Amino acid sequence: MINIWEVNETNKMIEQENLDVRTITLGISLLDCIDADLPKLNDNIYRKITGVAADLVKVGDEIERNYCIPIVNKRISVTPIALVGQAACRTPEDFVSVARTLDRAAKAVGVNFIGGYSALVSKGMTAGDENLIRSIPQALAETERVCSSVNVGSTKTGIDMDAVKLMGEIIRETAERTKENDSLGCAKLVVFCNAPDDNPFMAGAFHGVTEADAVVNVGVSGPGVVKKALEEVRGADFGELCETIKRTAFKITRVGQLVAQEASRRLGIPFGIIDLSLAPTPAVGDSVAEILEEIGLERAGAPGTTAALALLNDQVKKGGIMASSYVGGLSGAFIPVSEDQGMIDAVEAGALTLEKLEAMTCVCSVGLDMIAIPGDAAPSTISGILADEMAIGMVNQKTTAVRLIPVIGKDVGETVEFGGLLGHAPVMPVNRFGCEAFVRRGGRIPAPIHSFKN
Amino acid sequence: MEKTMDRTIITVVGKDAVGIIARVCAYLADEGINVLDISQTIVQGFFNMMMVVDMKGAGKPFGECAKELEKLGEEIGVAIKCQREEIFNKMHRV
Repeated sequence: MINIWEVNETNKMIEQENLDVRTITLGISLLDCIDADLPKLNDNIYRKITGVAADLVKVGDEIERNYCIPIVNKRISVTPIALVGQAACRTPEDFVSVARTLDRAAKAVGVNFIGGYSALVSKGMTAGDENLIRSIPQALAETERVCSSVNVGSTKTGIDMDAVKLMGEIIRETAERTKENDSLGCAKLVVFCNAPDDNPFMAGAFHGVTEADAVVNVGVSGPGVVKKALEEVRGADFGELCETIKRTAFKITRVGQLVAQEASRRLGIPFGIIDLSLAPTPAVGDSVAEILEEIGLERAGAPGTTAALALLNDQVKKGGIMASSYVGGLSGAFIPVSEDQGMIDAVEAGALTLEKLEAMTCVCSVGLDMIAIPGDAAPSTISGILADEMAIGMVNQKTTAVRLIPVIGKDVGETVEFGGLLGHAPVMPVNRFGCEAFVRRGGRIPAPIHSFKN
Repeated sequence: MEKTMDRTIITVVGKDAVGIIARVCAYLADEGINVLDISQTIVQGFFNMMMVVDMKGAGKPFGECAKELEKLGEEIGVAIKCQREEIFNKMHRV
């Protein structure tokens, strides 16, 4: 039988170390909503989402009460709208009407974000894909809860550089459209390589076409718990360090698994996956950077950071996979800048640069995340950064993503405040040298060779 | 046998005082909640109790009992928490 020490350990994790379930994300297929008539399409989408997700928030709250474990977010992901809307939407404005419908549905069921205003264009864009992409700035400016993502490359297809070029412009335009709010629109826009079909985390969540009609995916968290556990093994060798992370990741993930099973049972919707990610928040003691410091770095970004992050990421997976039958999504340590107080401190202290963050993304999920850059960064420079990050994902057969915020009217040395879970961020410098001629070439970067790996 | 139970863990943490267990147990008895196990320690002057109970016979739904116990805790000056047992089993047993 469970003993008092075990009960106290669990409750200490929840009460003092910020253990929570970051999100229950209900994935909903909209393929059966497709219609060539736009009002009919919008009506179908609204009915489907508000029907399937009617009890999502209620069930989430019930589970929270039953186990006294905070479930921070209840969210929805849908089939990429470029696929759902192509038959009805002839212009970018048509797609914006679908974004408004998604926003309305999200508000009706009480979720804080709905993901899937997305296009999958890793090899090329159809006219409909391009219309959706061109509608993103307006859609994100005019809606509150809609999140957008575009997959522009994969290991199997290479990188669609036309889409990369376009996304540099779209990110910049989204920033312009939302400049009154520190370009917040860009915090809801992710560019992917090898995007997973079952990611529960925003802003990159969408419900892939390989998925069932509806699934429950759960994202766990718990950087604070790992940090506390590592405080107990200060000075120990790497074997003991790794063992401690693994054991802790196991415990965290088991809670996620329990919540996912309960949510699935109560909603009558199948369980999909647990996403093992260590997701930080701006709260003190809920930081991935602090784990890196606990491993032995003065600041995140110091020499040794990439190695420390690599081992952290690997141990989290090893512990987590043992704890759950189905693991998916992004599954790894997140290193967003604005959402992690330790990362913000490291940037402000001059320890962490954009280039070091790029190196770190080679060994963890997901990518360059929530990074504020000067608002006058050229679209081609943004495209260049995108291309670099996509290349890392393509060659290493992993998911990479970019969520950059060019803050209009702000420059290096200033800070932006996004509020809530999105946090605040110092504007980071980008390399001043241009890449216009590279980005302008157009076409595709071919898929990499899958043998002769060196 | 186990499966027919509705096992819940009640934790009581706070400053030690006379009659904490008595008042919690009186509430449980009134509501038809059966106590299966109690362990209790004093850590650094703080009262720390864990009860394993079976809520199968409870007259009220889980959420309501949890709320009432929380309120009772406020009256006594301790924190009372009610959690389904699975969260601990899942976390601490392979």
